Amino acid sequence: METHMEFSYYPGCSLEGMNKAYDKSARLVSKTLGIDLTELNDWNCCGASAYMSIQELRAHLLSARNLAIAEREKKDLVVVCPACLTTLTKSNHYMGEDLKLRRTIASALKAANLQYLGTVKVRHLLEVVVNEIGEQEIKTKVTRPLTSLKVAPYYGCQFTRPFGEFDDKEFPVMLDTLLKWLGAEPVNFPLKAKCCGGMLMTTNEPVGLGLVRSLLDCATQNGAECIATICPLCHITLEAYQGNVNKKFATSFEVPTLYFTQLMGLAFGFSRKELGINEELISSKAVLARRVEAV
Amino acid sequence: MAEKIGVYVCHCGTNIAQTVDCKSVVDYASGLPNVTVAREYQYMCSDPGQELIKKDIKELGLTRVVVASCSPLMHEPTFRRAVEEAGLNQFLFQMANIREQCSWITENKEMATERAKSIVGAAVKRVEFQEPLDVKKVPVNPNVLIVGGGITGIEAALQIADSGKKVYLVEKEPTIGGYMAQFDKTFPTLDCAACILTPKMVSVGQHPNIELLSYSDVTGFSGYVGNFTARIRRRAKYVEEEKCSGCGLCTEKCPVSVPSEFDCGLGKRKAIYRPFPQAVPNVPVIDRDRCLYFTKGVCKVCQKFCPRGAINFEQKETYADLQVGAAILATGFDLFDASKVKQYGYGRLPNVITSLEFERFSHASGPTGGKILLKNGQMPSNIAILHCIGSRDTNFNEYCSRVCCMYSMKIAHLAHEKTGARVYEFYIDLRAFGKGYEEFYKRILEEETIFIRGKAAEVTDVAQTSAERGKLIVVAEDTLLGIVRRIPVDMVVLSVGLEPRKDTTEIARIFSISRSQDGFFLERHPKLAPVSTASDGIFIAGACQGPKDIPDSVAQGAAAAANALSLIDRKEVTLEPTVAFIDEKSCSGCKICIGLCPYNAISFDESKEVSVVNDALCKGCGTCVAACPSGAIGQRNFTDDQLLAEVEAICA
Repeated sequence: METHMEFSYYPGCSLEGMNKAYDKSARLVSKTLGIDLTELNDWNCCGASAYMSIQELRAHLLSARNLAIAEREKKDLVVVCPACLTTLTKSNHYMGEDLKLRRTIASALKAANLQYLGTVKVRHLLEVVVNEIGEQEIKTKVTRPLTSLKVAPYYGCQFTRPFGEFDDKEFPVMLDTLLKWLGAEPVNFPLKAKCCGGMLMTTNEPVGLGLVRSLLDCATQNGAECIATICPLCHITLEAYQGNVNKKFATSFEVPTLYFTQLMGLAFGFSRKELGINEELISSKAVLARRVEAV
Repeated sequence: MAEKIGVYVCHCGTNIAQTVDCKSVVDYASGLPNVTVAREYQYMCSDPGQELIKKDIKELGLTRVVVASCSPLMHEPTFRRAVEEAGLNQFLFQMANIREQCSWITENKEMATERAKSIVGAAVKRVEFQEPLDVKKVPVNPNVLIVGGGITGIEAALQIADSGKKVYLVEKEPTIGGYMAQFDKTFPTLDCAACILTPKMVSVGQHPNIELLSYSDVTGFSGYVGNFTARIRRRAKYVEEEKCSGCGLCTEKCPVSVPSEFDCGLGKRKAIYRPFPQAVPNVPVIDRDRCLYFTKGVCKVCQKFCPRGAINFEQKETYADLQVGAAILATGFDLFDASKVKQYGYGRLPNVITSLEFERFSHASGPTGGKILLKNGQMPSNIAILHCIGSRDTNFNEYCSRVCCMYSMKIAHLAHEKTGARVYEFYIDLRAFGKGYEEFYKRILEEETIFIRGKAAEVTDVAQTSAERGKLIVVAEDTLLGIVRRIPVDMVVLSVGLEPRKDTTEIARIFSISRSQDGFFLERHPKLAPVSTASDGIFIAGACQGPKDIPDSVAQGAAAAANALSLIDRKEVTLEPTVAFIDEKSCSGCKICIGLCPYNAISFDESKEVSVVNDALCKGCGTCVAACPSGAIGQRNFTDDQLLAEVEAICA
């Protein structure tokens, strides 16, 4: 029996800009797997980044508005950005446990003719794909296995921390599992849940570059030909700063980064163009040509 | 004739009087029907307080007594005794709880006083309907069951057996000794664990009053205080104990070699084996899942070589029913599974080991003959010991495991002594609370152990510098220096915490005892009844009640033995008469009650076609009373009349 699941979909700000390929590929593979994503109507910023630490209540309000709209649709909310996942889930938790906060937010929402009862569960697409669709169905969709493609599975800092009850919080394995189902070979990647340095690039670039370098070092030393990402910020940081890393540390990294949804799409038989794989800054063409048939 | 009721309102110092206006409660009680006298007193449980009641019973001819004070769990026995001493049946007394259920739960004096009046009024109304009941005495079986043959169970068994009483000691492993048998040295004295444990094990094995049932477990436990029946499953050892001389030839000749559980999988054992050479009983068992004969139908080498013909492949598991008067549970603990905390790399990174694995390395008869070795066979030159693995951690166990700080320091000492390595301890707080423990800590400091205050964040093999290459790097925030430190080492020892045994739920169910929030068995009172349980005649001792070191476990083993002896030496026990009773005329014989009774106290009288309650087995839980569709079952001292009167007074 074909799976059919319905979710509201929250792309988040970066998927409209620099990470369009993530959005494109996420929608495409979801559709293939019978996951019906309906973009949340009139969504706003999730409240992530520094906002939460500077204007906590307002950040919660931003989250709450999204959640209230999602609740109206009576569907759970799927995100593809771990920062959105964490922020929305955090607001959900706080509103659930802090009566005072819940009341304050309720009164603010009321001004916009909204209310939130706390029924929406926020889920990352990776977790939905692995837990709800599962091995069997995913394998039946694989028409072009990524045989022996060596991938570093990179989760970043926020996917399982602090709200990662669906996986091991410190050493997640979900992406490794999915990559295996696609025929790829996830390499040993002990830094898989370490910081990418993304937030530091504007405030303390040397430290940020050091972090990117250690990730690239670790991935390549373990034989990775590319890095699979599940976070738009990690993706951009790893990709866009490789040049700066090479300049600063006299290295010569040229490691393509691909969204996990792009790798899924490739395995499902979609073309590079359909998945936006031609749009990346460090071309994956050579790597994929070597490993994946008839791309 | 109308009853004459006396009401006594206790101040409990300020515990009640601070919130409840006791004077106004007394005035209220005085005005209730049939109340002859109402008084207040500062401490009703004191001798003068009890005297007040006794005097009034004698002089005013009271026929019923109500004391409004604390929970009946505290002082019901006190006042029942006082009433009885003055010549009144003790069940004509009722306790009204105006402390735990009233003064302690509010600061509002007005509401508290009104509530106290209501509680007292209900008790007064109820007590009128109470009936005199007779307390039954039954003889106590003097035998004691002890479950678990670790150091706690061993201590308890020897204490009881030495007093001349019979002990059945049930151990699920092939040998007694427990975890202590696996340890190298013990803190803080650095006694060799085996040297102080094995003489006790031998005493158990040879004691005429101890019947040791190893490789066995308890599958059922029924009866009541003083008269229990324990059902013991004796697993097949495939070796006849009476014939075996313990020569060890079978083990020597057995061709199958598998990882030894006793050595944490670091060493090997045979398919027919004793966990360790000093095992008690000194009889090997055959591991059915590994034995060539059982798995492939060939071999029987052990049988061929056994000079006494003790090997019996046809042996079956058997069951024994033991009659005992008391039981002591000393079932111990499990170690926290370090592989659950992925960031420390246990099972993923070589040379990350648990504290118990270190003990086996360090033990002279362990897999390396007492040498601390890395996977490559070399000695480590730097060792990190990580405290609180699985303990004081909201992701796993919130509680402190109590023993790890001390055993970690012992490990530091042994590691330093045996390898000369530099030893780092990563700790949150150091808890060296026992006798001689602080002094031991000082000694370890003087051995130049480096203490870093900060729980390790992770152990990684991803090097950042050339000095880190090929090493395990422990990353931790040094909270005294306020910096993140990366310490490269060769070996990491994880100081794993203590957890309730995996079968704790099952054991708790079999013995009808409770567990505390952390999962360990629940004692009757954390301070004043630490080895008793809510079930009379069943005691707990050692780490099954919560993490404990050896001195504390031994102390509890002895304490539980004293408690059990005090019970069985009474020779008889009184049974609460507050049991269920069946009105034969109303009983329809539907047998619903029989299936529901958790204590198997109800049987069916085929000739009369009615259910019958065994007073001795009934614990007065009331399940059958509520379930009886004909309303034929009542419970003494909880009759419908009494309860309805109480409810009516509260609602009035």
